Amino acid sequence: MQLFPCPFCGPRDEHEFHFAGEAGKARPDTTRTVSPEGWAHYLNDQRNEKGRVREVWMHLTCSELFAMERDSVTMEVLSSAPLREDAQ
Amino acid sequence: MTSRRTAEGGLIDRSRPLQFSFDGKSYQGFKGDTLVSALLANGVRVMGRSFKYHRPRGPWGAWIEDPNAVFNVTLDGAELPNCLGAATMLETGMEARSVNAFPSARFDLKGGLDLLHRWLGAGFYYKTFIWPDWHLFEPMIRRMAGLGELNTDLIDGYASDQLHDHCEVLIVGGGAAGLAVARAAAEAGQDVVLVDDHDVAGGRLYQLDSVEGQTPRDWVDDQLAAIEAAGGRVMTATTAFGVFDHRLVGLAQQGAFGTAPRLWRIRADRIVLASGAIDRPITFADNDRPGVMSLDAACEWLARYGVLAGRDIAVLSNNSFAAPAVRMLARAGANVTEIDPTDGAIRALGGKRLKGVEVAGKRHPADTVLVSGGMTPLVHLWRHAGGKLDWCEQRQAFLPGATPEGMAAIGAANGSFDLDHALAEARAVARHEPRPDGTGTYRLTPLWPKPGSKGRQWIDFQHDVTLKDIELAARENYVSVEHLKRYTTLGMAPDQGKTSNMAGLAAMAAIQGRAIPEVGTTTFRPPFVPQPIALYSGPHAGQLYHPLKRLTLEAQHRAANAALGEYGGWLRPGWYGSGDPKFHIRDEVVTARKVAGILDASPLGKIEVIGPDAERFVDFIYYNTVSTLKPGQIRYGFMLTERGHIMDDGVIARLDRNRFLISCSSSHTDHVRAHLETWRQDGNDPDRIFIHDLTQAWSTVTVTGPKARDIVAALDIPLDLSAGAFPHMTLHYSSFDGTPVRIARVSFTGDLSYEISIRSSRAADLWQALAAAGEKLGACPVGIEALSVLRAEKGYILIGKDTEGETMPHDLGFGIPRQKKRAAFVGDRSLHMEGANRDDRKQLVGFSVEPGAPALPVGAHLVGEGERPRSQGYVTTSHDSTTLGHPIALGLLERGADRIGERVTAWHQGQRFTATICAPCFFDAEGERLHA
Repeated sequence: MQLFPCPFCGPRDEHEFHFAGEAGKARPDTTRTVSPEGWAHYLNDQRNEKGRVREVWMHLTCSELFAMERDSVTMEVLSSAPLREDAQ
Repeated sequence: MTSRRTAEGGLIDRSRPLQFSFDGKSYQGFKGDTLVSALLANGVRVMGRSFKYHRPRGPWGAWIEDPNAVFNVTLDGAELPNCLGAATMLETGMEARSVNAFPSARFDLKGGLDLLHRWLGAGFYYKTFIWPDWHLFEPMIRRMAGLGELNTDLIDGYASDQLHDHCEVLIVGGGAAGLAVARAAAEAGQDVVLVDDHDVAGGRLYQLDSVEGQTPRDWVDDQLAAIEAAGGRVMTATTAFGVFDHRLVGLAQQGAFGTAPRLWRIRADRIVLASGAIDRPITFADNDRPGVMSLDAACEWLARYGVLAGRDIAVLSNNSFAAPAVRMLARAGANVTEIDPTDGAIRALGGKRLKGVEVAGKRHPADTVLVSGGMTPLVHLWRHAGGKLDWCEQRQAFLPGATPEGMAAIGAANGSFDLDHALAEARAVARHEPRPDGTGTYRLTPLWPKPGSKGRQWIDFQHDVTLKDIELAARENYVSVEHLKRYTTLGMAPDQGKTSNMAGLAAMAAIQGRAIPEVGTTTFRPPFVPQPIALYSGPHAGQLYHPLKRLTLEAQHRAANAALGEYGGWLRPGWYGSGDPKFHIRDEVVTARKVAGILDASPLGKIEVIGPDAERFVDFIYYNTVSTLKPGQIRYGFMLTERGHIMDDGVIARLDRNRFLISCSSSHTDHVRAHLETWRQDGNDPDRIFIHDLTQAWSTVTVTGPKARDIVAALDIPLDLSAGAFPHMTLHYSSFDGTPVRIARVSFTGDLSYEISIRSSRAADLWQALAAAGEKLGACPVGIEALSVLRAEKGYILIGKDTEGETMPHDLGFGIPRQKKRAAFVGDRSLHMEGANRDDRKQLVGFSVEPGAPALPVGAHLVGEGERPRSQGYVTTSHDSTTLGHPIALGLLERGADRIGERVTAWHQGQRFTATICAPCFFDAEGERLHA
């Protein structure tokens, strides 16, 4: 069981968190033409990197999303920060 | 008798004799014995039969590494299967039974299987039982395979407590190194927990005459006292069974036999592994005979339990630990002969009764053969934590290499086999000082299995894997250790190969002419020793596993004789009244259609979306356009996933210009809230949208039926309830008895309905008032079962029941936003992908069944014609409708919308049913009653 640091609540057990996706993925503007390949890429293609990853997680007990950097091999947590720079 | 109790010595309490039985015979041991040490003290040698060949087996090891003495043990009616006899502390009254043996380990009826060994090698099932069909043989093989038998009677109160804790230093192993590191760390002010799996800490120290000038007992007691005096905690009879992410250590603390162990999850800043090492077997012909035992185990039996393993003992050892062991055994009265096992081919002599050993053609008579093939450090927890292993040529063992964050290995677990060295190393690690130099005095001559040698040479005692099986695997190209393991089942028994994996991979290395480290080890996985499943589940059963949400009005429902059941995570009235529910449900449906029904709809989601960007946000979240709603108006709509699949349905009301109320499905509220929060914070300005889940703060009572208006009117609510002033799909605020209420005209039955929401503290008064007003007019409370019939008659769907994982809104006949909506919304692009445009998508339809014919079974497949017709969809909802006088159903059917009026066959468990496909609405299709 891992310990994740919620930037608002502090370190908590992994059971309290929900994976919300890889960070940096932008939703295509669907009011313009989006190719099937482009949309499929958005839906299905994950980087799924080995090593350092940056992900968005939700701390379910406070409902806040945050960005977390961790190592997908060693499971070491490297950093966590609110999604917005101006929060805190 | 070959083994016996010595006149004195050991840690046992000779003033406390304990009676027990083994395979029906009575014996006596002492407090402090294990089952195996007590049996050895009584001269018992054969303690089990092997897994596959039913060979007689005696104990090999003195603790958890022993693969052979596996018992079913009963005490005071509590029976536990597959107990490790060598590590089960004796209690008076225990009845132990050898597993895999009938009637007893000594005389086993299936012993003859051993004669068939030539045909029972690795993979024999798969090669032998191909024709005509494996399934023919499977039941017999399953009966013969496996170890103990499971007594399916639950043991009263067998539930594990689960505790969470934290410490600065957690030390695994209470031997010399563990005690030394714990004391030094505790005295340096650190918060220390020392864990040892024996009842009495001290590891193998009791084999020694003295430790730092004291007797081992005094030294151990002094360390323990010092640790506790410095604030450290000592947990004996506790196994560290696994190290998990972020330095979480799982501990199983044993209590009395028959009680569930207690689970500790301890998060440690630093883990020091002092788990010691075990002696490994030497591979030779018939090395599995009872009486061939570990040299180190014999010393443990003598030192801890006062049991001398044999009278005439032959010692085969390739290492420098033999000399003190031989001295110790000789001093206790055994006649010990040392034989060099590296001289030549070795063979055990005798059968059930050991007669000696033959080395290089020379016979050495003996009743006991003690072997030591070298020490194997117990590095399991090191590997759990992701630590690496390095091969040490000098010690012929894998030792801890690259260190996982916050972990250290010391003592024998680190290959520091000399006492002085281990103590110095432990104290240095406690103080974060450099470790002492040197590798110690331990020496050994490499001695590994020799491929091609004669006789049946056992590698894995617990799973009956021999050297020939390894050779066979190599010939058939199962040469990777992981393949070798699975093909031969080497190391797959409950002991996970503690005494066998090294020999197995060394044999593979020798066969292929590779070095041992090139072959490598298999993966070490928790638990280190088998643990009961109850340890992990703990108290998490029933309500503690999945607590139900409770209604504010539960007491009122109970008073009305409601049958309460779980519906979507809530405890809700299924129907009202005792006896056959069928009649109650039918009566509730009839009353609701004729007069009115009163329903507790409180679990319905009530999530408010508030703020200047709320309008834009709900348009994005919903498939339907919401922004065109005026305050007070309500719309039915769908939320989709980005894949365009329906996630939830329900109504959304506009309360105000910047305030919306989402009424999602009762069982989806938490999910919807998380979905809204995710989009709010990722892609929107969260300062301009606020999401507030008020589901539990409000209670909702729904009145539905032709008399609903009269019932609500009886409440003296200051509101014009007429259809003109308060039409369907609108909402008004008002008050009930001085308390604000929100009344919505929304229907899930197809009849005129009012949903009245009030703060939960006043819900009881509202319910009583409506129930009383309803009763006067002949209305009654209705439960979820009746509601589910009413909604099916109208063709209203339940998401997840009448939809599947791929259902899109246009499959349900809601295709307009897909064509017309301009604004972006979740899932929009997916609705125009190739899959969404297929013309054979499953679409929602109704099925009408003739009066008198049976209702269609839910889940029945809708099939075409022919010998083996293909499934084209299935029935999702089915009821015998009293309202309509015939059974009805809803379902998903390929191209269903184009097939209205056709006959269709439903197939269910060999039975065929027929029905007519129709539009998914059986009741008031024109909506006159709905808009009344």
